[in-house]
Amino acid sequence: MKRVGAISLKTVEWAGLLVVALLFVFPFLWMASTAFKDMSEVRQFPPTLLPETWEWGNFVQAWESGPFLMFTVNSIVVAVAILILQFLTAVPAAYAFARYQFPGRNLLFGLVLVALMIPGYIIFLPIYVQLSGWGLVNTLWSLILPYAASAFGIFLLRQAFMQVPDEVIEAARLDNASEWKIMWTIMVPMAKPVLVTFGLFSFIYHWNDYFWPLIMTNSDEVRTLPVGISSLRMSDGGTLWNVMMAGNMILILPILVIFFVAQRHIIKAFVYQSK
Amino acid sequence: MRKAATAHELPDTGQVRAQAASRPTSRPDMMTRLRPYLYLTPAMICFILFFFYPIGSIIYLSFQDWSLINLEAMEWVGLQNYTELVADQEFQQVLTNTLVFTFATVGISLAISFLLALWLNKKAKMYGIIQATVFSPHIISFVSVSMLWMWLMDPQFGLLNAVLEAVGLPGYTWLTDPSSALLSLILVNVWKGVGYNTLIFIAGLQSIPGDIYEAAALDRSPWWRTLTRITIPMLSPTMFFLFIINMISSSHAFDTIAIMTQGGPINSSNMLVYYIYEQGMDYYNGGFAAAASVILLLIVGVLTALYFLFMSKRVHYR
Repeated sequence: MKRVGAISLKTVEWAGLLVVALLFVFPFLWMASTAFKDMSEVRQFPPTLLPETWEWGNFVQAWESGPFLMFTVNSIVVAVAILILQFLTAVPAAYAFARYQFPGRNLLFGLVLVALMIPGYIIFLPIYVQLSGWGLVNTLWSLILPYAASAFGIFLLRQAFMQVPDEVIEAARLDNASEWKIMWTIMVPMAKPVLVTFGLFSFIYHWNDYFWPLIMTNSDEVRTLPVGISSLRMSDGGTLWNVMMAGNMILILPILVIFFVAQRHIIKAFVYQSK
Repeated sequence: MRKAATAHELPDTGQVRAQAASRPTSRPDMMTRLRPYLYLTPAMICFILFFFYPIGSIIYLSFQDWSLINLEAMEWVGLQNYTELVADQEFQQVLTNTLVFTFATVGISLAISFLLALWLNKKAKMYGIIQATVFSPHIISFVSVSMLWMWLMDPQFGLLNAVLEAVGLPGYTWLTDPSSALLSLILVNVWKGVGYNTLIFIAGLQSIPGDIYEAAALDRSPWWRTLTRITIPMLSPTMFFLFIINMISSSHAFDTIAIMTQGGPINSSNMLVYYIYEQGMDYYNGGFAAAASVILLLIVGVLTALYFLFMSKRVHYR
């Protein structure tokens, strides 16, 4: 009797877990299913679970409704350029915070922490004014430069650099390695897991970003994929849900692929913020 | 190395030796002292240009009558933007919406994710998979999430109303009605963010030392007492961290509004950042936009200050 109770409790828990999983997975499956339906099936009631006829043309229609190759290239260029710049600015800064005692260190690090907390959403107007004064609005630079330094990256790398044992650095100094060389050839390789973590975070964040390119650009030549995809919702004559969902799939798939491959790293990357 | 070499090369006279003793130490010293600042310079230049200067600038701009069309024509108006803004009914609604949205999103999301964390904090592989599933919307672009939910919430063909009708309930108005639009946005934001909070809660739960629970079990402490006397107090730093982080991110919600409702119907789902965007970029009312930005900056600033006060009491800096 007791055993039966235990088994059915387990069953209830598994049913509950399934419901939780479906609440988060089913919307994505629904997106995929819709992306393959033709418009008459999209408007069918009650809706069908799987498409009756698989309409690959939705993806073509989404892709050809704007310069999507250009959007994709822009998205990659922006995300990669930001990543490189953040790496180049964060490594020396994190090294300075982690390995040197100097007057003003706590103050400067406090400023980095403040920059970590306050989002760009609040100060986009003055940045826009400034960039437009330099003639950079509506260029890829306006999407890249404001993110050239990452407070989060400095914060993470600083912690990684602090964990490198002193002996490693002392040994390198005895070998006459310059500080600059120690930083790039000893510290950076030792911080590799953190760099991967940060790289994933930064790439995903900027690949997904909608707000900044929407504010800073107004022509297709410099717009990125999220802005391009979002304009699919403004089609004439009724919303083409199937084309919209097909476009969404284009935006999501690279991230989902990365998520499957590097799930543990990604979860660490986003959860790390709490530490 | 350099120090030793120069000392050796110098002729052995008393005066020069004294110089040598001071020079080689002082020259590398200078470099050593400057080095951390040099290493910080690139990052700090970026922060000054794109963070600290803009913060000063937005405060300055909030005292001006200006617009993006004609930046030359700026006029100092003192506190006028603020007084007009505070008296403006549309802005009052925007501020109320932002507060309602922020507290509701944070409250609901933290409550759900706390319960999920208690449930999913187990070693078996199954639970890891569910954790990853719940987390997955967090790494998907707000663009996709918003468009997906617009489709789910479509009053005519959407899945949500189809489900409601299948179980005999009337369809809901979701985004098309002023009374439900804000609630719908809260739902979408909770759905997207709950997985992140759950994982942080789980990390917090796992950092509670196991022997405390063992002691409680030996004392035959009932589960609810263990929860209220051990788990919740031990988890309170995590809760506080999540509260602040969620308050900040919810208070500048933009993407869902811009894509799903554009602040409507009749301003019922408009919030601060979208309002700033509209005033600044569409209506060219820079003064209002800047003053609203400063108000949001104050809100986020207070939250940040609270957080640092709390952290400085708790964390030992290494």
